[in-house]
Amino acid sequence: MAIEGADIVKAAAFIGAGLAMGFGAIGPGVGEGFAAGKACEAIGKKPEEAGLLTRTMLVGQAVSESTGIYSLVIALLLLFVV
Amino acid sequence: MFTDVATIIKLASFGGAGICIGLGAIGAAVGEGYTAGMANLSISHKPERSGDIMKNMLVGQAVAESAGIFALVIAIVLIFMDASSTNLLTAAALFGAGICMGFGAIGSGIGSGYPGGEACLGLSRQPSVSNRLMTNMLIGSAVCQTPAIFSMVVSLMLIFKNIGDLPLAPTWAALLGAGISTGVAAIGSGMGGGMTAGASCESIARNPETLGRVTTTMLVGQAVSQTPSIFGLLVSFILMFKTFPESSTLSAAMALLGAGICMGFGGIGPGIGNGMTAQGAVKWVSRNIEAAGELMRTMLVGQAVSQSTAIYAMVISLVLVFVV
Repeated sequence: MAIEGADIVKAAAFIGAGLAMGFGAIGPGVGEGFAAGKACEAIGKKPEEAGLLTRTMLVGQAVSESTGIYSLVIALLLLFVV
Repeated sequence: MFTDVATIIKLASFGGAGICIGLGAIGAAVGEGYTAGMANLSISHKPERSGDIMKNMLVGQAVAESAGIFALVIAIVLIFMDASSTNLLTAAALFGAGICMGFGAIGSGIGSGYPGGEACLGLSRQPSVSNRLMTNMLIGSAVCQTPAIFSMVVSLMLIFKNIGDLPLAPTWAALLGAGISTGVAAIGSGMGGGMTAGASCESIARNPETLGRVTTTMLVGQAVSQTPSIFGLLVSFILMFKTFPESSTLSAAMALLGAGICMGFGGIGPGIGNGMTAQGAVKWVSRNIEAAGELMRTMLVGQAVSQSTAIYAMVISLVLVFVV
C-alpha cells in the first residue's frame, strides 16, 4: 500500500476533524446541561420569574455553546478547506 | 514481520476481550459502590429498617451489575469463538466489538447506581412508600441499561457479521469506527439517564403524592438523554452496513474511523448534560408541583440546546462518511 504525502495530509485532516468535533462536543454538552438543570431548579423555586430565568439560561447556554461552534468550524475547515 | 491471518485474528479477539471486560468493569463497580455507600448512610439514619434497605440495595446493585455482565459475556464470546476466517477484516470486527462493549458498559453501570442509592436513602426517610420507590428505581435503572444494550447489540453484530469478501481497506476502519461510535456515545446517555432516575427516587421519597408527575418527567427526561446514544447507534449501523469501495489510500480509512470517533465522543457531553437538566427538573417537580408544566417546558428547551453539540458531531460524522 503506497502512501503518498498528500494522502497522509488528507488522512490527518479527516481524523483531526473527527477528534475536534468529537472531543469538542463534550464540554458544551455538559455545561449547557448544567445551566439548564440549575434553571429548572430556579424555576421550581420561583415560577413567577420563569421568563427571566429562561432568558438567562439561554444566554448562558449560548456562551457555553461557543466552544462547540469553534470545534464545528475547525472540523469543517479541516474537511473542506485544508 | 510476517504473521499469518489466523494469529492476527486471535490477537485481536483476545486483546478485544481484555479491553471489553477491563473497561466494562469500571462502571458497574462505581455504581454499585455508590448504592452501597448510600445504603450504609440510610441504615445509620434508621437502623431498624436495615432489612428493607439491604434488600433494596441488592436489587439496585443487581441491575447495575447487568452492564458488567454484558461485558463479561462479550469477552467470553470473544475468547472462545471459533473464528475460522481467512479475512483480516474479522480481526478489525472482533477488536471493534470489544471496544464497543467495554466503553458501552461504563455509563450504564455508573448511572444505574444512582437510583439504587437514592432509593435506599428514600427508604430510610419514607418507609411507607417502599413499594413505589422500588418500582420507580427499577423503571429508572432499566432505562439506564439501554445504552449498554445498544452496545451489546452492536458488539454481537460485529462478532457475527458475515465479512464475505468485503475489501480490507477501508472497511477495517468502518468496523472499528462502528464499535467506537455506539460504545463511547453510550457513556453519556447511561450516566445522564441515571442522574435523572436518582433524582426521581429522591423526589418520591420527599413527596410521594407527586409520584405520577415525577415519573412522567423522569421518563421524558431520560428519553431525551438517550438520544446521543441513538445517534451513535445510527452512525454505527451506517458504518457496518454501507459497502465502501476498495481504496488503498489512508485518507479513506481515516475518514471512516474519524466518523466513529467523532460521534462516539461527541455523544458523551450531551448525554450527561441532558441528564443534569432532567435531574434539576425532576427534583423540583416534587417540591413545587404547580410549576410542573413550566419545568417540563424549560427542561425540554434546555435539553434541546444541550443536544446541539451531539447534532454537530453527527453532521460531521455523516459528512465524513458520505461527502469526503
